[in-house]
Amino acid sequence: MEAIQIKDLTKQFDGLIAVDGINFSVRKGEIFGLLGPNGAGKTTTLMMLSTLLKPTSGQAIVNGFDVVKHPSEVRGSIGMVFQDPSSDDVLSGYENLKLHALMYDVPMADIDAKIDHVMDLVGMKDRKDDVVKHYSGGMRRRMEIARGLLHHPQILFLDEPTLGLDPQTREHIWGYIESLAKGQGMTLIVTTHYMEEAEKLCDRIAIIDHGKIVALDTPERLRHHLGGDLVFLTGKHLDAEKFKGLSFVQSIEASNHTLKLCVTDSVKHLPKILEIAGPLEHLEVHPPNMNDVFLHYTGTEIREDEGDVVIQRLRTYTRSKTK
Amino acid sequence: MKLRKILKGIYALWYREFKVFQRERSRIISSIFMPLFWYFIFGGAMGSVVNVGGDYRHFIFPGFLAMTIIFSSMFNGAYVVWDKKIDFLKEVLISPLSRTTIFFGKALGGLTDSLLQALILMIIGIFLGIPFTLVNVPLTIIMLFALAVGLVSMGLIIGAFMESPEGFGLVSSFAVYPLFLLSGALYPLDNLPTWMKILTHVDPAAYAVDGLRGAILGTSAMPYLANLGVVVGFDIVAITIGAWAFNRMKL
Repeated sequence: MEAIQIKDLTKQFDGLIAVDGINFSVRKGEIFGLLGPNGAGKTTTLMMLSTLLKPTSGQAIVNGFDVVKHPSEVRGSIGMVFQDPSSDDVLSGYENLKLHALMYDVPMADIDAKIDHVMDLVGMKDRKDDVVKHYSGGMRRRMEIARGLLHHPQILFLDEPTLGLDPQTREHIWGYIESLAKGQGMTLIVTTHYMEEAEKLCDRIAIIDHGKIVALDTPERLRHHLGGDLVFLTGKHLDAEKFKGLSFVQSIEASNHTLKLCVTDSVKHLPKILEIAGPLEHLEVHPPNMNDVFLHYTGTEIREDEGDVVIQRLRTYTRSKTK
Repeated sequence: MKLRKILKGIYALWYREFKVFQRERSRIISSIFMPLFWYFIFGGAMGSVVNVGGDYRHFIFPGFLAMTIIFSSMFNGAYVVWDKKIDFLKEVLISPLSRTTIFFGKALGGLTDSLLQALILMIIGIFLGIPFTLVNVPLTIIMLFALAVGLVSMGLIIGAFMESPEGFGLVSSFAVYPLFLLSGALYPLDNLPTWMKILTHVDPAAYAVDGLRGAILGTSAMPYLANLGVVVGFDIVAITIGAWAFNRMKL
């Protein structure tokens, strides 16, 4: 069964098209990644799937329910971990989770045990009674991830869940998220800036740019689409022209003193390439990673955006501190 | 949706509002001291120049009860705007609860805050020599409750439409001050100029103040039940608009 089916989903804001007729479906129990630069339409898509925004046109079915016709049933099937902090910092972690459990009709007798369980998973059990104001950014994030898991949703949306967390916590949380999908059949829709994570964890990845899906496949196949390995040549006398017309060179990009070639069967053809290139200062060959895939489809380096998001998030924190 | 889910949802939102209320002691203290300042300073000063046929400070005490309800109930709507700012509203709106349930939960939270503040003021009133009896205390509480229901809803309506705390402050002031000043909390309404008198007739708080004064001091222009009827009518309109406003509220 499909957990999510999206057909020609479109969202316009005052004539500006944020999401432009996208189509895809997510299988039950799948970890599905949404990758894209800032403003590509990832968050808008999640907002429509979670009924917080009404689509301008098109259709989205979540857990068998239409987001426009049965929003309440859709909301009952999903959980969401928002990109920005969305807890009340005057309340304790426990109180934020209790409020959540009540809203999602978790049986009264189970609430405390469930809160202990999820807070334990994110390593926050001993801090659950502290007021959120006194949490660090990472602790608050972990508490909110625990909150998203509290009511065992069938589909969990995670908008940049590990942004700003230290590597150990990130690994810990991803380990748990993965076990949820595999063990409990929970479907996960994840947006992330961390390419290695997306590559390692996601069963399939959709690359979204300017409101459109530009590629959708498994990480391996997306890499394969580039048509070969990447060869980086650095030297003073390189001439891009010499490589044109070679059957095994798929693409050439030149920037000051460096050529980036996409080469099929790189091991076999490397001697020939070195012969044409002449003396080199630096040589690098590697199979394409998600960063290269992303760059190929969007023309943007995802790292550039990361700073903006962090700054934006810091602003959010400051705002809540000046309460 | 099942009734249990609705009631649990209302309890959830009430639980949160009440926790916030408990932690913000400065708000409770200021909301009690403000009417007391008015009582002693304004009441003392005006009492020396105004003749209301009795102790002026007793005359304005029911007005101060209403004042506490007006200011705290309307101010409560600012929390909706604040929740939008800190993104907490997203967490609430994404839950399976209907918007109408969310409205009632928030209203109940605001109602609790306002009534607790008014109750504390009533207890202080006993020490100030206000003639509270076993009969007029329930009547006072019922009237304060009725007034708070409508005004909390009004605050939430404004909160649902506003996007910034500044905007909320501005718009709510435009509602709060006429409501308060035309309610007769500070002076009798009998001898006002005609145009003001007409305005007092559309001020629900004026009926509440009249009812409170009738219950506590035994002097009123209209019978208690008539006053209560008007305030309850205002409540029904305000709740209806409030539920509608929450259903169309955007993030």
